[in-house]
Amino acid sequence: MTEKLVIIGAGMASGRMIEHLVEAAPDAFDITLFNAEPRGNYNRIMLSPVLAGDKTYREIVTHDEDWYAQHGVTCRFGEPVVAIDRDMKVVEGAHGHVPYDKLVVATGSIPFMIPLPGRDLEGVIAYRDLEDTQRMMSMGAGNRVVVIGGGLLGLEAAAGMAARGVDVTVVHIMGHLMERQLDEAAGYLLKKSLEAKGITVKLQANSKEILGQDGHVRALLLDDGTELPCDLLVMAVGIRPNVALAQEAGLAVGKGIHVDDQMITSDADVMAVGECVEHQGALFGLVAPLYDQAKVAAQTLLGQETAFRQKTLSTKLKVTGCDLFSAGDFADGETREDIVFRDPARGVYKRLVIEDDRLIGAVMYGDTADSNWFFGLIQSGESIDEMRDTLIFGPAFQGGSSVDPLSAVAALPPEAEICGCNGICKSTITEAIEGGAGDLAAVRATTKASASCGTCTGLVEQLLQVTLGDAFRVPAAQPICGCCDLTHEDVRRLIKSQALKSQEAVWQELGWKTRNGCHVCRPAVNFYLLADWPLEYQDDPQSRFVNERKHANIQKDGTFSVVPRMWGGITNPTELRAIADAADKYNVPTVKVTGGQRIDLLGVKGEDLPYIWADLNKAGLVSGHAYSKGLRTVKTCVGTDHCRFGTQDSTGLGIKLEQVLWGSWTPHKVKLAVSGCPRNCAEATCKDVGIICVDSGYQVGVAGAAGMDVKQTERLADVPTEEEAIDLTVAFIQLYRENAKYLDRPYKWVAKVGLDWVKARVVDDLEERARLIAAFELSQSIYRKDPWAEHAKEADRYQTLADLTLEAAE
Amino acid sequence: MSWIDLGPVTDIPVRGARTLKTALGCVAVFRTAEDEVFALTDRCPHKGGPLSEGIVHGQSVTCPLHNWVFDLNTGVAKGEDATVETFAVRVEAGRVLIDASRLAGRSAA
Repeated sequence: MTEKLVIIGAGMASGRMIEHLVEAAPDAFDITLFNAEPRGNYNRIMLSPVLAGDKTYREIVTHDEDWYAQHGVTCRFGEPVVAIDRDMKVVEGAHGHVPYDKLVVATGSIPFMIPLPGRDLEGVIAYRDLEDTQRMMSMGAGNRVVVIGGGLLGLEAAAGMAARGVDVTVVHIMGHLMERQLDEAAGYLLKKSLEAKGITVKLQANSKEILGQDGHVRALLLDDGTELPCDLLVMAVGIRPNVALAQEAGLAVGKGIHVDDQMITSDADVMAVGECVEHQGALFGLVAPLYDQAKVAAQTLLGQETAFRQKTLSTKLKVTGCDLFSAGDFADGETREDIVFRDPARGVYKRLVIEDDRLIGAVMYGDTADSNWFFGLIQSGESIDEMRDTLIFGPAFQGGSSVDPLSAVAALPPEAEICGCNGICKSTITEAIEGGAGDLAAVRATTKASASCGTCTGLVEQLLQVTLGDAFRVPAAQPICGCCDLTHEDVRRLIKSQALKSQEAVWQELGWKTRNGCHVCRPAVNFYLLADWPLEYQDDPQSRFVNERKHANIQKDGTFSVVPRMWGGITNPTELRAIADAADKYNVPTVKVTGGQRIDLLGVKGEDLPYIWADLNKAGLVSGHAYSKGLRTVKTCVGTDHCRFGTQDSTGLGIKLEQVLWGSWTPHKVKLAVSGCPRNCAEATCKDVGIICVDSGYQVGVAGAAGMDVKQTERLADVPTEEEAIDLTVAFIQLYRENAKYLDRPYKWVAKVGLDWVKARVVDDLEERARLIAAFELSQSIYRKDPWAEHAKEADRYQTLADLTLEAAE
Repeated sequence: MSWIDLGPVTDIPVRGARTLKTALGCVAVFRTAEDEVFALTDRCPHKGGPLSEGIVHGQSVTCPLHNWVFDLNTGVAKGEDATVETFAVRVEAGRVLIDASRLAGRSAA
């Protein structure tokens, strides 16, 4: 007979339990799932990567509507449960009653909010669900955020927002960060690397009051009187089990809902799993034990014998560039001994805690490659006496095997845990691989290994390699998007080799699955076509992002910015007067000098664009392409014209370069600079192409960066004449246009193909250099023109189609 | 229903949009590659991005600010809990007609 199973809460624990149930006995239960959030189960651990922009919400959804429908789960999402009537065996939802035979309470946890004055102000949030994440994602450069709490969650929130350019301050009450997982030394290294990401960390800081203005948070006041101004305040100080419903229903509740080893509460027909439970005095916040509970709960429901056991846990921080691992117990103690390895210059710290010749704890920072091996030793509790001398150097130094990561993985014992989130050990994975799971996706599907936080993906791939040998191919690069199965590189190659000269040809010949692409692939394909077939293919504005279609940068309020070109950063009174007049005439709220040596008019209305362009055109000013994946600026210093150190006419060269290159489209934006001497006032050594003038000529550097990454240029060549410097620059940019992946800056592209490959074509092979320059010139015969002048003629396209407000008012 | 003539469909770029000023705020009128027309509120519920400036693909539009993708038929944002309002619009003899009674009716209510 089908039993009625009601589950309260659609989180990760209950979601996993349902998976076990429908897999083992699809028809055993008629399941009703309540969730107060208006959505189903998503992978909460991945909210931090969503916040940091590494993932989208869609990618972290575990169960979508189809899944629930397919498995016959009745969803009552967005409907809070009002009460549980255990006598009648009925759950009372906000929109109606549901009777149950078995009930599972999975109400999770609620964030702990410190009872500070002002905690009810608008802009004070926790870090718990998608709404909180979206709130943090709305912050950007120019915003200030204070995060209270220097634990796992608080730091992931801080790092995610810092990656978005937010000015973040972390306030932590303890003497070092993540004190529950890290010792002081590792906490210090972590603090240092967070500070290097621009995050301010305040330790031993006691919050006193949240200050507001007009009902919105304004600042956090510390008890030493410091005021930390903020637009958003995130409290990430901890969670506590959400037990209110269970308590009202009369279930036994301590800190959490009491459960036994079978996950059964004080009522034999009511079970509980997840962060809301208390098992032998312990509460649970990490995902691994929750999954264990889910499995036990499912087995109990199916009448199987089973028991939940608490295990040693390990932690990894999901912050890019902070490699951190901790496991076991690492508090100091009389019977405990430490082995410590320090390399402060490289930011590496490892500490092993040993008791009775067994490893009981490990903390690693900066180099966590061997963390699984150590974690395995902690869990197995085997004697480390024999290898104590070399223990800290990891498995590679035990028994003289090489440092090859593959052999390290091969050396792991079968019971070594690979996926901490799901508690999957090596043998489970290798058995799945031997059973036919031939790639990462298949291993994920059969074992769930690496399907949660994903930090063990590399290990799983290595296991595939070890187990399958040459039969395993390291996964090919990702396709451009869901519209096709091809990578950017494949599409570029096929556009050239099959002479595909229209979007339609690409869609049809290369098997696109959508009618005309999407916002990811279509701009890329549009660029590839115009770069390879400048005469045959006509640029399609409707396949461009708004900025390139409008020839202006859209701002967050929907207005635009207008930046006229200033060749080599040189201007004159006539141009400045025209800019000033335009700023007056169109009520431009902000006029800013840019880093590229020109002037930005911010806050221009969309419908005014053609008119302001026409006015600027009259003074001889043209588009600065400040919005394009194309040539932006050539920054210069004053060179020999005025500077007593100048060795060449850097300004003149900069102007010439800009006149040759302007208007060209490239895979991503391209910025140049020319400095008149090695003092490098034009900061040429961090540009896509940067030229340093010296007495003997010109040092042409390429592939610098000063954005998301900072990287010095690499020397392409030294040349004696200005003409050659221009030739090399043009040839380099054309090679980049012909070969790079859309949205790869030159430094990323050069890192992939190698500087030697570039040099061979641009510097050494004179014939190829000449071909590249000719190909660039051919393309420029179409694109070296002012888009503003053309669009100013079509001003009506920038206006609204109709004004219905009059009709509507009648 | 009272249909108002907005002019020839060719006034709207293929795989593009134009905007209407209405008492309810801006409405974007889209034209797909297949010459279908759709009308949606021109304001992304996420950050207020102008959907009329987005890339139109298939029967979807991608918001230009943060790439939320909306189904032009329903106004539902894919993978998000959000919907924008849609308005009845059709093409007849090459001209775009919109049901303005609803726009006006709403504003009077």
